[in-house]
Amino acid sequence: MSDAQRYDAIVIGAGHNGLVNACYLAKAGLNTLLLERRHLVGGATITEEVVPGFKFTTFSYAISLMRPEIVHDLELVKHGMMVLPLVNTFQPGLDGEYLLLGADADANYHEIARHSPADAEAARDLDHIIARLVRALKPWMDRIPPNSLSDDPAEIAAMAELKGWFEELEPEVRTMFETFRTKSAADILDEYFENDLVKSLYASSGIIGSRCSVRDRESGLVWLFHKLGEYDGEPGHWGFHKGGNGGFTQVLARAYESFGGTIRLNAGAARVRYEDGRATGVQLEDGTVLDSDLVVSALDPRQTFLRLVDPDDLPGDLVGHIRDFKFQGTAAKVNFALSDLPTFPGFEGREDIFMGFTNLGPSIDYLMEAWADCEAGRISRRPFLDCSVQSTLDPDMAPPGKHVMSCFVMYAPYHLAEGDWEAERDNLGNTVEHTIEEFFPGFSDLILHREVVTPLDIERLIGLSEGNIFAGELFEDQLFLNRPAPGWNQYRTPISGYYQCGSGTHPGGCVSGGPGWLAARQILGDQAS
Amino acid sequence: MPLTTPFHPRVEAENQAGLWKHWAGYLVPPQYQYSLTAEYYAIRNSVSLLDSTPLFKYKVTGSDAVRFLSRVLARDIAGCPPGRAQYTCWCDERGFVLQDGVIMQVAEGEYWLTAAEPTLRYFRVVARDMGADVEIEDVSRAFGILALQGPHAHSVIRQLTDDATPLRYFSVVRTEIEGCPVVVSRTGYTGDLGYELWIPAQDACTVWDAVMDAGRGHNITPIGTTALKMARIEAGLLLMGADFHSSRFAWVDEQRETPVELGWSWMFRTLADDDRDFVGRTAIESELQERTSRWTTVGLAVDWHDYERVYTDAGVVPPRHEVYSESTMSVYRRGTAEWDYAGYASSFTASSLLRLPLAIAKLPLDLAEPGTEVDLEVTVIRRPQNVLARVGRMPFFNPALKTAPMAEEGRS
Repeated sequence: MSDAQRYDAIVIGAGHNGLVNACYLAKAGLNTLLLERRHLVGGATITEEVVPGFKFTTFSYAISLMRPEIVHDLELVKHGMMVLPLVNTFQPGLDGEYLLLGADADANYHEIARHSPADAEAARDLDHIIARLVRALKPWMDRIPPNSLSDDPAEIAAMAELKGWFEELEPEVRTMFETFRTKSAADILDEYFENDLVKSLYASSGIIGSRCSVRDRESGLVWLFHKLGEYDGEPGHWGFHKGGNGGFTQVLARAYESFGGTIRLNAGAARVRYEDGRATGVQLEDGTVLDSDLVVSALDPRQTFLRLVDPDDLPGDLVGHIRDFKFQGTAAKVNFALSDLPTFPGFEGREDIFMGFTNLGPSIDYLMEAWADCEAGRISRRPFLDCSVQSTLDPDMAPPGKHVMSCFVMYAPYHLAEGDWEAERDNLGNTVEHTIEEFFPGFSDLILHREVVTPLDIERLIGLSEGNIFAGELFEDQLFLNRPAPGWNQYRTPISGYYQCGSGTHPGGCVSGGPGWLAARQILGDQAS
Repeated sequence: MPLTTPFHPRVEAENQAGLWKHWAGYLVPPQYQYSLTAEYYAIRNSVSLLDSTPLFKYKVTGSDAVRFLSRVLARDIAGCPPGRAQYTCWCDERGFVLQDGVIMQVAEGEYWLTAAEPTLRYFRVVARDMGADVEIEDVSRAFGILALQGPHAHSVIRQLTDDATPLRYFSVVRTEIEGCPVVVSRTGYTGDLGYELWIPAQDACTVWDAVMDAGRGHNITPIGTTALKMARIEAGLLLMGADFHSSRFAWVDEQRETPVELGWSWMFRTLADDDRDFVGRTAIESELQERTSRWTTVGLAVDWHDYERVYTDAGVVPPRHEVYSESTMSVYRRGTAEWDYAGYASSFTASSLLRLPLAIAKLPLDLAEPGTEVDLEVTVIRRPQNVLARVGRMPFFNPALKTAPMAEEGRS
């Protein structure tokens, strides 16, 4: 025997799913070690004070899909969880037009009706049918999906239950589900709306973080996915965590430590150790060997199956699926420290327009032109931007009167046709700056600091393959029964005692904690039996 | 026509939602914005500003002020030295609550008091009957009151005066803001860090503007009464007219409560050591000794799973968004008997921050132990349904910042 340190469980990667998973294991009484390659926990869910007083949500920037069970099970409120709901959504046009939607349904009706009374009414119908569909889907977000390849009677029964659930959906809900699965966001929106500003506001949810256009059928499900969350039971509503999304992973870290768990920072895992098909521990990049019969990877499927273990030791069909698993990141971040709020012409001094997402992508054509650049392997010359000025709602994010602005950028393809991401970094920053300037004249004069996060940065800094923010595309062939591969969608791996709990497992990306939680349920269930 | 407060020009300009309600005869906004949640979170995350002018305000002075207040108030005024404030109540001879309020000794022998209902004549009658040399003055219209509440409250007020910084919880200071004489107390009705400002009516808008200017950059948010009430349930603070009613205008004793029944027995901890002859003392002493309280006031934390279940089973989304109610909800014993009435909840909110539906309830003494399980009746698509709730200790939310010392450099 070596003198290696021994743990009941080792979780690799302290992103929100690794943290959630480690919390459940520690809470169940396992002596748990959580390994993090970087100097801080959080993975893609971090807040960094890049300039003194200015707190940047470097990567992920908002929260909605966090599973309520986790919040209660882990007593996260006690540890400081506070999600500040977004008050407004602002969609400016380039022609002085805009949509400013808020908390009041009737006011929203009239706001949309300025552009089209029919659209204003249609928005109610569409929102309601989506809410009904989301409610129907919710139970499947919160359970381990069935294994479609298993001949275990329990799994066969679960597949039958799934089929029965689908057949028993109310007809219009089932039809809408089918619509999302088979149609593009733009096609769906064409049936509801006539106004381009309205359409594009909804449509942009269909491309977030994904390599598809609003006219590709994949955008239907991506859109639906972004509606699966809620705020206070209000479907599809989003919030900013106090102190940025990193504030949330700090909450998880406090909860984890309260359960007796240990975190080791600056401790990247080189490989998972196993013998005779059973996990035995982890070897760190510095050679340190840690022993445990239970090892959980919170990394993405490529890391979990192709790097941490030798793929030659895995079944060929699984390895094939993982090699084919689409990452193809297309998103970047540009974060700004600002001396003041940007100004939309006619809305001088209006802080309220920034109390939520600011959506720069005012027409379907705009979004399609951005996509055309992506297809050609270059940064969109006029990208779609999802901007958040978190310091409006949360004054602790920036010095008084000053602001931070997080801009999510579509498209910034990981695979560039020409050049490389180091050379394109400034181009990306400038492109975003110029685009914002078009909507908010004078914006450039407000910039105190600019941080550019390329897809390559996302991969190198936090290990998400090809910079895919969801740890793999949210396309139908990579979801639920197939995430990350058919037969291996229940958090187990072919190596006994080695599990997966990252966003590359069900229910997928976004700060939901769902994969970490459901994986823990599977692990603890396996341990009990 | 309802009265308007001295802040009205500013309040009206800020009232984007255009909603108004009446509070003690004054026009006030229940909310300023479309988003009630935004106002609620200003209290919990940044800083909120509430115009609470409609409270009745009295000044008590005179050589017998202490003797009078020791008689009329149920809580011992000796615990309120100069520069301190005290939450208190007053009762009738039978030991039923007439009102609650906050009293502060702003200068030696000078007491200021807020009350939800008029009490000038009653106080004067008590003073006359005891032959006290005391002057009781109604200064309700002479002052506007602003409540500045939230974790950034100190960051805002320290820009206006240095005198608020040393204030401990429930301390009071006389100072100036923008050259206007104001009294600042570290008190509030939100359970968070906060201050209340008494401002001469003619200076009201000047001070409002100064506070709003100082609050820019801190997300200062004018809030209406509804967000305040949501916060006060989390803070475990009772509201007259909802959680209890003045004995003065009750018809029957069932509509009356004693301070002990309202959970204020802590006000009488030193009863054995003092010989104050306060109104209601005999009855309250007897109630305490013989344990004759009919109720005890508790917090109820609704089991969120069960709450979700009753709505989900009915096919609808559980109401958790901007829920605040003062309607009576019945509470039942959990056991073999169905609908075994035990008591009632008097106010209810779905706490967004705590992610729990919460209620303030009256329960018989045997159900008062924290952790005790009861059924709370909710209405689900027009039908009564019981959900599991547990007796919890109030306050449900009690941030350390509420009572923490403030540093000169203040937190931002």
